[in-house]
Amino acid sequence: MTTRDGDAFAGHDSVFYCVNMSLLTLSGISKKFDNGTQAIARLDLDVADGEFLSLVGPSGCGKSTALRIIAGLLTPETGMVTFAEPKPPIGFVFQEPTLMPWATALSNARLPLDLNGHHRGEANDRAARALARVGLAGFEKAYPRELSGGMKMRVSIARAIAAEPKLLLMDEPFAALDELTRQALNDDLLKLKREDALTVIFVTHSVYESTYLSSRVVVMTPRPGRVAADLALNPPAERDESYRLSPQFTGDAGRVSVALKSAMAAA
Amino acid sequence: MKRDIGFLRYLIPVVVFAAALVLWEWRVHASGISPLVLATPSDIWTALFEHWDVLGPALLFTLKITAEAFVLATVAGVAIAVLFSLSRVIEWALYPFAVVLQVTPVVAIAPLLLIWIGYDNVNEVLVVLAWIISFFTVLSNTVTGLKSADHNLTDLMKLYGASRLQILWRLQLPSALPYILTGMKISGGLALIGAVTAEFVAGSGNDLGLGWVITLSTRNLDTAQAFAALALLSVLGIAILFALTGLEWALLHRWHESAVKKQS
Ligand SMILES: Nc1ncnc2c1ncn2[C@@H]1O[C@H](COP(=O)(O)OP(=O)(O)O)[C@@H](O)[C@H]1O
Ligand SMILES: [Mg+2]
Repeated sequence: MTTRDGDAFAGHDSVFYCVNMSLLTLSGISKKFDNGTQAIARLDLDVADGEFLSLVGPSGCGKSTALRIIAGLLTPETGMVTFAEPKPPIGFVFQEPTLMPWATALSNARLPLDLNGHHRGEANDRAARALARVGLAGFEKAYPRELSGGMKMRVSIARAIAAEPKLLLMDEPFAALDELTRQALNDDLLKLKREDALTVIFVTHSVYESTYLSSRVVVMTPRPGRVAADLALNPPAERDESYRLSPQFTGDAGRVSVALKSAMAAA
Repeated sequence: MKRDIGFLRYLIPVVVFAAALVLWEWRVHASGISPLVLATPSDIWTALFEHWDVLGPALLFTLKITAEAFVLATVAGVAIAVLFSLSRVIEWALYPFAVVLQVTPVVAIAPLLLIWIGYDNVNEVLVVLAWIISFFTVLSNTVTGLKSADHNLTDLMKLYGASRLQILWRLQLPSALPYILTGMKISGGLALIGAVTAEFVAGSGNDLGLGWVITLSTRNLDTAQAFAALALLSVLGIAILFALTGLEWALLHRWHESAVKKQS
């Protein structure tokens, strides 16, 4: 299994384009840091528009590095990142909420809009709407220190969606949260993804989280990272607690788990 | 229970301070030490009013020199640090000069400054000396503060196309604010020390500051007046510290951890 490009559409360019238009392609990406660490060996990845792709792999295998390369914050040593035209706007969510402690929730969510030169009034409206969408209506004036870990992460997500991105990059965003908060945020994230037709690349350590969220799970080898396995999942559009108990979920989680273990063993 | 402790927090230092004054007064009287050597608190209190015509203007003059040096130190310290953060080449080129200014004992520069700036402009010499003493701490604190900005936030701003100045204004300066205020608190005290020390070494022009009052009083064996000037310097130093701590609280209490802890 590599990508989900359907061979059935080969030769029917227009149809192929509509169904499986790729939003970005990583070809032959490698990255060696100045100190000699080879973080990524060779990464080829084709990400389709509208996909929820989870990137799983052992710590230090280059997942964060890959996300930063996609975001344009790092230049790869070899290879290139190609985006669909026009280049999709990108939102980024880190493992830490990474908020400005001196700014209110609203000002934090407004940051990308401020930087893009939006008018104050419009920026405020859009940031307030983004906060409301992540369940933080009424907390506009709160400072980060007044919010719980889960709420801070919600502000961070609101900031990412305020600028209406097409591609959302998330680097272990819920790893530091307790299990219930994490599940609530997973469901909210799926809702946002659906409503905004986002493409999400989601880095996680958790087999269960990746299985619950994703339509595709890419497993990476230990450092230097490569793609070890590329699994297509087919979860229902609407997911809830009962899905976690379904045979499909447990089967998918088992496949991801086995792929991860064999990637580790192969190294 | 908690209220009692809060109350003692203020009562204890006041009582101990008052007791120390009483003990001082009593020891001097009991031992018969000459008032030329050690004035009693009551002598000092009396001298304060008797010589207010000298002490009052001297206090104002020292305050003026201190304030000018402090404002210059803050403005120059922050501005130069910002310049450093915008250009590493400038930082490499100029930082050694700042260090040289810092480590050179200011007393040694005073005679040169008097020659350069002129004996007619002693006030300017005093300000420059006090500035040299107080400016480095603002500079080095601000440099550290500007570098303390969260790397992920910096990246995020770059991702959203922020310019260098936007990163400076929206991220680095707010991140540096607690550091700048710490620098200012130290600098305020140093500016006062500088203003007084400068008078010791550069003398005084037409105006008389507290440093020069102390020099003259001890020369005239007016120990009580020297102590009165010293007391005024303490009060001034405390007032500066209080004012800057208040400023720090006003600017930080809503968001910064250091201020948050003080509340609980
Ligand atoms: N700026 C850097 N300089 C040097 N080495 C780095 C840097 N960033 C990451 N690394 C190294 O590259 C490897 C991959 O890092 P990372 O992409 O953060 O892994 P992951 O996110 O999968 O845990 C690690 O060994 C890490 O120590
Ligand atoms: Mg990582």
